Amino acid sequence: MPTNLASGAEYDTVGQRRWVWPGFALPGVAWLVLLFLVPFYAIFAVAMGQLDPVLQRATPEWNPIYWDLTVFSKVFADLFGGQLGVIALRTLAYVFVASLLCLIIGYPVAYFVSRKAGRWRWLWLLLILAPFWINYLMRMMSWVNLLSPDGQINKWLEAFGITNPPDWLAGSHLVVILGLVYGYIPFFILPLFAALDRIDDATLEAARDLGARPSQTFWRVTWPMSRNGVLGGLVIIMLPMFGDYYTPTLLSGSPRTRMYGNSIDQFINQTTSGGAIGAALTIILMIFVGGLMVYYLRSINRSSQEARE
Amino acid sequence: MSGGGATRSLRSAVSNPWGKSRLLPFVTMLYVLWSTIPVAIAVLFSFNSGRSRSTWQGFSTRWYVGDPAAAESVLYDQSLRFALAQSVRLAVLTMLVATPIGVALAIGLARWRGRGVKASNLLMLIPLVTPEIVMGVALFLVFDKVYDFVPFGTWTQFLGHVTFSISFVVIIVRGRLFAIGRDYEEAAMDLGASPLQAMRRVLLPLLAPALLASFAIVFAISIDDFVISQFLLGGADTVTIPVQLYSGARAAPPPSLNALATVLMVITIGAVAAAGLLFRALNKRRGEGGSALESVAGFEM
Repeated sequence: MPTNLASGAEYDTVGQRRWVWPGFALPGVAWLVLLFLVPFYAIFAVAMGQLDPVLQRATPEWNPIYWDLTVFSKVFADLFGGQLGVIALRTLAYVFVASLLCLIIGYPVAYFVSRKAGRWRWLWLLLILAPFWINYLMRMMSWVNLLSPDGQINKWLEAFGITNPPDWLAGSHLVVILGLVYGYIPFFILPLFAALDRIDDATLEAARDLGARPSQTFWRVTWPMSRNGVLGGLVIIMLPMFGDYYTPTLLSGSPRTRMYGNSIDQFINQTTSGGAIGAALTIILMIFVGGLMVYYLRSINRSSQEARE
Repeated sequence: MSGGGATRSLRSAVSNPWGKSRLLPFVTMLYVLWSTIPVAIAVLFSFNSGRSRSTWQGFSTRWYVGDPAAAESVLYDQSLRFALAQSVRLAVLTMLVATPIGVALAIGLARWRGRGVKASNLLMLIPLVTPEIVMGVALFLVFDKVYDFVPFGTWTQFLGHVTFSISFVVIIVRGRLFAIGRDYEEAAMDLGASPLQAMRRVLLPLLAPALLASFAIVFAISIDDFVISQFLLGGADTVTIPVQLYSGARAAPPPSLNALATVLMVITIGAVAAAGLLFRALNKRRGEGGSALESVAGFEM
């Protein structure tokens, strides 16, 4: 029946409409195919492509049948037992320690602003949001100012009689890790703040009414209810930290503090076969980070299923 | 206070949702000071009248506008001025192109029923969780090896910036689209409007706050970007402010670099504040007058 047909096509009058909505999406989808999907595939094509015999440049190989794993096997050999392995382990350690510090510092802050800040909550919120709109490089540059040999930190130390301070910016693990914490902690606090903010006071009151001590209320109600926020925040800061190369470059520049991202940055800009090595390193990073995402999504799913049961 | 005592009282402060704690505000205060003071010092020394970035020698704006002959200020040092111009140029171009594409994509994805919508949705979401360095490498390789007719520089940077901005626009607009629902459009069409008229006269005005917010957010994330701009860098005249900060920070630069960073900060915060205020003002106005229904009532054929 015609009426059914009309309602079957939902709000659209028949015929003309079929292409209207895909038509709206088309420019965006085409853009993302050409400038996201194709480039994404290009990483694989370059990593497993051929070396141009004349120019010695990495040439992409688009057909997976002809993919060549020579570069990958070289990279893997370096990753397990070579210099690259040291860099990868160091990156893991940096990210782990920095994330832990973000959790230890960020949790009380997010907790306070979301639940106990009272009348001045908006101001606290503004203050913890401010770093979002200050450029990351500017925030790192501020620390370079402070830590440089003639910077404020050394001036203060001198005032306390410490006249022979180390060069903070010459390869200190601690400085780089603190730089990472400084750079990324706002991105951890915000999702955690949102998660803590969603917890209904009534839930906590119920725990108290049922006889839970304050610490029990925290560990058995608040903490589990904020766990997804913690996980989300950790994933959000870990994704960019694993690919970071500018923080160690600015705050140390020494080979002692090279991170995985530095290797990618270095190899990708080499016009010869380095492009392929950089691409292979990027693929390994993507697989690792993708695994992290999948773990996060599954644990979120699991906890929302438990909540429903 | 001993370490153990501090831990204990921090624990009791976090775990007791009713107690009045002094430690929790103290920790938060320390955090806020730690997060703001280094930047405040950097801003302060951009106004130093001397060349030092650690010894205060009096207030001056020489690093912003001073002395054309010495060419040391943001205004007269060519590399700094170019960086400022390049950042603003890129952000404006990106904003003007990414917002319409993103809005159309959001509307399309919300309304389109059928094959392809799921895949398109996924394609839109993945850039949001892709580490910047991966996107930077991908775009660098594709412009180096495939689209090599696009010269590295403003063009590649612009194409890259739009690519990572589109998804942000979709997320902002989509939230608003779901909040509006389809009732108003249907009402307009019941009153005889064609779907495209309903969109132009009803949906787009309702989307105005999200649209403005998108413009400002895209401007802010584009001007703030470092990784993509650096991977897609062309000649020296395509260096943006963040790239300039990256390459200049370790070379013991004069306070003009701080001045450049401060300018960037003011521009970014200005864009975001403008977005927030406009968003609120527009929402408020609509909220007072019987909201969106009015726009439908005011619809004429």
